[in-house]
Amino acid sequence: MKRITRITLVLIGFCLLSFQSFAQETFPINGVKDSRDGHYAFTNATIFKSYNQKVEKATLLIKDGKVEAVGAGVTIPKDAVVIDLDGKFIYPSFIDLYSNYGLPEPKAVGEKPKQQPQSLSNKKGAYSWNEALHPEFRAFEHFEADKKKAKEYISLGFGSLLVHQMDGISRGTSTLVLLGDEKEHKLILKDNVAHHMAFRKGKSTQNYPSSLMGCIALIRQTYLDAQWYIEYGYKEEKNISLQAWNDVQNLIQIFETDDRLNAFRATKIGKEFGVNYILKGGGDEYKRIDDLKATGSAFIIPVNFPAAYDVTDPHDAELVSLADMKHWDLAPSNASALAKANIDFAFTTHGLKKKGAFLENIKKAIKNGLSEEDALKALTHTPAQLIKAGDKIGSLEKDKVANFIICSGNIFGKEGKILHNWIRGNPTILKDLDYPKLNGAYQLKVGRDNYLLHVKGKATKPEFVIQENDSTSIKVKHSVSNKLISLSFNPNKEANNVISLSGSIADKKWSGAGTLGDGQWVSWTANYIGEVPKKESEKKNLNEKKGNKEETEKLVSQVLYPFVSYGWAEQPKQETYLITNATVWTNESDGILEDADVLIKNGKIAQVGKGLSAGGATTIDGKGKHVTCGIIDEHSHIAISRGVNEGTQASSAEVSIADVVNSEDVNIYRQLAGGVTTSQLLHGSANPIGGQSAIIKMRWGYTPEQMKFENADPFIKFALGENVKQSNWGDDFRTRFPQTRMGVEQVFEDHFTQAAEYKAKKSSGKPYRKDLEMETILEIIESKRFITCHSYQQGEINMLMKVAERHNFRINTFTHILEGYKIADKMRTHGAGGSTFSDWWAYKYEVIDAIPHNGAIMHEQGVLTAFNSDDAEMARRLNQEAAKAVMYGDVSEEDAWKFVTLNPAKLLHLDNRVGSLKAGKDADVVIWSDNPLSIYAIAEMTFVDGIKFFDRKDDVEKQKQIKAERARLIQKMIAAKKNGDKTQTPMKKHKHHYHCDDIHDEMH
Amino acid sequence: MRFIILSLVFLVTGQFALAQQTPAPPQTKGIVVSGATAHLGNGEVIENSIIAFENGKFTVINTQAVGQGFDGFETIDATGKHIYPGFIAPNTQLGLKEIDAVRSTRDDREVGYLKPHVRSIIAYNTDSRVTPTVRSNGVLLAQISPTGGRIKGSSSIVELDAWNWEDAAYSTDDAIHLSWPSMFRRTGWWAEPGGIKKNDKYKDQVRDINNFFKEALAYTKKTKVESKNLKFEAMRGVFNGSKNLIIATNAAKTITEAILFAKEFDITPVILGGKEAWKIADFLKTNNISIILSNTQSLPSNDDDHIDQPFKSALALQKVGVPFCFSMGGAWEQRNLPFQAGQAVAFGLDYEAAISGLTLNTAKILKIDKTVGSIESGKDATFFIAEGDALDMRTCKVTKAFIRGKEIDVDNKQKALYRKFKAKYENDKK
Repeated sequence: MKRITRITLVLIGFCLLSFQSFAQETFPINGVKDSRDGHYAFTNATIFKSYNQKVEKATLLIKDGKVEAVGAGVTIPKDAVVIDLDGKFIYPSFIDLYSNYGLPEPKAVGEKPKQQPQSLSNKKGAYSWNEALHPEFRAFEHFEADKKKAKEYISLGFGSLLVHQMDGISRGTSTLVLLGDEKEHKLILKDNVAHHMAFRKGKSTQNYPSSLMGCIALIRQTYLDAQWYIEYGYKEEKNISLQAWNDVQNLIQIFETDDRLNAFRATKIGKEFGVNYILKGGGDEYKRIDDLKATGSAFIIPVNFPAAYDVTDPHDAELVSLADMKHWDLAPSNASALAKANIDFAFTTHGLKKKGAFLENIKKAIKNGLSEEDALKALTHTPAQLIKAGDKIGSLEKDKVANFIICSGNIFGKEGKILHNWIRGNPTILKDLDYPKLNGAYQLKVGRDNYLLHVKGKATKPEFVIQENDSTSIKVKHSVSNKLISLSFNPNKEANNVISLSGSIADKKWSGAGTLGDGQWVSWTANYIGEVPKKESEKKNLNEKKGNKEETEKLVSQVLYPFVSYGWAEQPKQETYLITNATVWTNESDGILEDADVLIKNGKIAQVGKGLSAGGATTIDGKGKHVTCGIIDEHSHIAISRGVNEGTQASSAEVSIADVVNSEDVNIYRQLAGGVTTSQLLHGSANPIGGQSAIIKMRWGYTPEQMKFENADPFIKFALGENVKQSNWGDDFRTRFPQTRMGVEQVFEDHFTQAAEYKAKKSSGKPYRKDLEMETILEIIESKRFITCHSYQQGEINMLMKVAERHNFRINTFTHILEGYKIADKMRTHGAGGSTFSDWWAYKYEVIDAIPHNGAIMHEQGVLTAFNSDDAEMARRLNQEAAKAVMYGDVSEEDAWKFVTLNPAKLLHLDNRVGSLKAGKDADVVIWSDNPLSIYAIAEMTFVDGIKFFDRKDDVEKQKQIKAERARLIQKMIAAKKNGDKTQTPMKKHKHHYHCDDIHDEMH
Repeated sequence: MRFIILSLVFLVTGQFALAQQTPAPPQTKGIVVSGATAHLGNGEVIENSIIAFENGKFTVINTQAVGQGFDGFETIDATGKHIYPGFIAPNTQLGLKEIDAVRSTRDDREVGYLKPHVRSIIAYNTDSRVTPTVRSNGVLLAQISPTGGRIKGSSSIVELDAWNWEDAAYSTDDAIHLSWPSMFRRTGWWAEPGGIKKNDKYKDQVRDINNFFKEALAYTKKTKVESKNLKFEAMRGVFNGSKNLIIATNAAKTITEAILFAKEFDITPVILGGKEAWKIADFLKTNNISIILSNTQSLPSNDDDHIDQPFKSALALQKVGVPFCFSMGGAWEQRNLPFQAGQAVAFGLDYEAAISGLTLNTAKILKIDKTVGSIESGKDATFFIAEGDALDMRTCKVTKAFIRGKEIDVDNKQKALYRKFKAKYENDKK
């Protein structure tokens, strides 16, 4: 024991001076050479050699910043400084793979111009055309140790960090550094470790990409461009960025994804280009754990658990969604879910507002099911393995870097405090290894006066009081430094009578000299007389607190699929259903059948007719009900993540909504409640050549990929008129071509001409640069991809048909097409269909001649006609919109119904699968309470692929569950607040429902 | 210029009907409508009815069984059809803006923050091409309301058939429109919407309103006004009860606060919007508050709200006895006002109660129910005949409409364009 105290003193010296022994070879010395070998033996400790190897009473031997030996039977060399760590724990130091420590703040290269868009990078030199791509940035060239920030990491037990500059889509390479305030020469452990990417534009002021899909397309094109550059392009141009991109490909690839859906998106890109990304996750992996497991990715996860919401006001509580409440409840169990699923993961401090909460939150994760072993693994072993630095860090073995922490006990336990953090054999002293144990009751004698002195509380921070009687006490100011002590107190609160004492402490007996209030010197002693008696009330309190805590933690939320209100705790399954005695709208030559049955089996419509029977089928009485196929929305913008337009260029044919389908949008469920089963999710209308679309079925609860309509023909959105001319965007948008309808034609003519030339180049056998935009447009002119074009005025509609005819293909669909009635004959001749609004008009100049009879005229003239929504709200009552064709244009009910079912199915080339009730087609079926064209018709059940995804009866249950679950979590949050947990103010959430003309930049 | 060219084209092609509809001359002769199902607007319905009106006023409302002689009356056989009082559109910008995206056609939003003196009536364009498309769906009266700022201005109620705004005016300067501050504010602009932030200025904004009302009230008590304040002058009616105070707000908390604020000035306000009104229905009932509900056909405000919540809010108010009527923002959108009520019926609201929410209840809330809003003897003969159910697009077809007994033209620009192109295609065939 005595020896430890002595060593403590020595160590404090080290902390201030640090070793000279590892000084930089090349630097001149000021003074004499002070070489030391840092030879230390830490004995009698509980040592974690690695996350799963714990050795009791073991010794760690280090020299020259490296581990010499570790284990129970290590011989201690005579020339080693011995530190007895009896009762203490040693762990390998922690590693954080996600940090920007020591790197300069990213800055924009230039200023954002007032006239939009800024179409090229502001960066001078032979770099990428896009400002968000800078693979050439190498972190180790910019790294500067930061004493203050290093201290923060060190105090949390970290020894090394992987650092990169968090800016842009390609962020360049990271470097592995040690913490500490040595020269950078000694701190950089490995210069180029990983290439970092993200779906974020960062400081780039360039407009492209403004959407997530644009970002994804840019990444794809960059992989292709780099391939081209290495094979051929280098002969044509110098491109530092592409060269760097190629150089970093053999490194580890780390992709920041922020949430579970982006994790899917990144891994999908990775798959296409044969890259395995390590994903920086959002901490919400538990919400889709099985599907993420299937990607085979490893994760770096944050522990920035949300604070409870302050839900004491019931109206304010309504602002917090169930999903947010549940996330508060479940976020601490995320790590445990990853561990249980056998997914490799490392922890990061990234995302924590206060890094100080890191260890506390790791402990929270442990409390929520993570084993201590897995926690340690995620702090040491896994990060080291992920960046292939396991030979240097992550465990304590011979020749590895001597990075370790000394703790007062189990670091994940209550008393486990980090005392020292040794980095490459250099200690940082956070707390003394041992503190004098002073607690107890003392008889304090000052001159002639006697006092009862109580010392209580933690050894690291004892509390001194003069106990006057059972209930009153006087605080004693104190300071203890090694063997010296000073005390001061005022026994008589009113008078100026402070007694100040100074002396020394020996075991249980203290003594010294001091002054009384009048300045008179006296001698004093304090003798230990026993333990401080515990008060009865304190004991009771402690027990009660414990009891409460246990109770509140009993119930844990269920995961919902998707993780929002109305998601499934258990997903519905395919069944055999027989719907009997209903009015059946077949959309086939049978027309509308009365008292008919529909049999659904294996996800398909097995039979439609009268008097059907099927063994084992769930029978649904359809008496008084109407049964139809599901509604198909040709033009929708629901279920899209981060941006519906990549309108920054006149053509964005390379982008695809299919990359950004958002399976967690509650509007999917709402549309099921309106009888919608299939939707085409379209790019917006901000540019003449928009992006590729996605066609989804409303498979609520499934992943984005699973929602997509299998083997559907590919489509692309085009647009005409005011939106693409930027007519209503304000005066800052006057430079992007085109600004008139004249220009719009030329955009098309130019791109189709280019695509034909691209094709010639491609088939010539000469090397060419694969261009995703051209590939897409080539598909169009080869009639392998089909256009649905946003359009209003007849002139431009006619124009596009003529352009297409010149290039020998046809426009598949004109969407909106509000003046279709004026040229319905020309459309019929051309072979274009029309998907229009029932009755919208007067919202801009180009719709001044729109009429609600438009659908009727197009239909009468033989144009394949549909009604669409373009609106999340209207989509759930497209049946009513169909009825407006009856109301305004006297279309027959049967034909009007086809406007929202069979006709859009044909427009999407999906009528072999959906759009009518016919044996063999997909069992996408709706049961209505009334004639589906009536405003009073309510969709009671909606099936997709024979799975009942919506049932009004289940919906009532869901509402009850949501209410009950909210109530439970609100109580839990109120209890957490009472418990002293931090809370956040509930805020209204902004939910943006996209329309065609939304041009918000979503990429910063 | 384009309009002029457009009009010329119409004249040349002989499509005279494409010009705006001609306002109807006054009723000269008694008219009797027989055989229809009459929805009176007050909750009553008469099957096989007989409705007579003279000099612009209803005179007889009865069942046909009773029978009466109507010598010299023009008769309309409406057997199998439905009759409704003219629907009233509260809070609309009809006639104030013609084309939403074209600035020169917008007159609904004056600059300024507190502008009760700004009056919509003089900007109301009786020649709007939009109006005929609205009234041909049964909407015959509208409260033309300004937008923008905290006190948006002064609305007026008009009949949708007139030569000029003076003729159109039914109740001039009927209400002052106040937009209550929100506790949250949305950042960004329309094309680049930002996130939602707490409105840190909420308290200040409420205090500003309060101060303005206090000073305006004090001003109205002056025995002699030396320097006339137009803003305060416009507020007189609000304090003496001759003008409605319509406060637009949606959240339960702000509705509550807005009502308590108005009570301080002895004003019983009307709440416009009221998305969360159903949550505090008892409070509204106790305080005698009426609600002008915004679009029934809208999405729930929060993910957790029931998917059908906006469809059900009217029923919830009805159950507690809070008076309400239906509304729809905007101008051209008013053609779908009847369906806001129909949607509520689909989700449980009594049909005749829904009709009241478009007619008599609206008239009561807008304080014009003494003369209009229901089919009752002595009231204005402002009504329409539809082939089917006016709340259901499957069957709705308005065949005739009357405003104070004048039979108005239910044709419109869109129908004319329909005929024009139908004829083109028919001619092409020949």
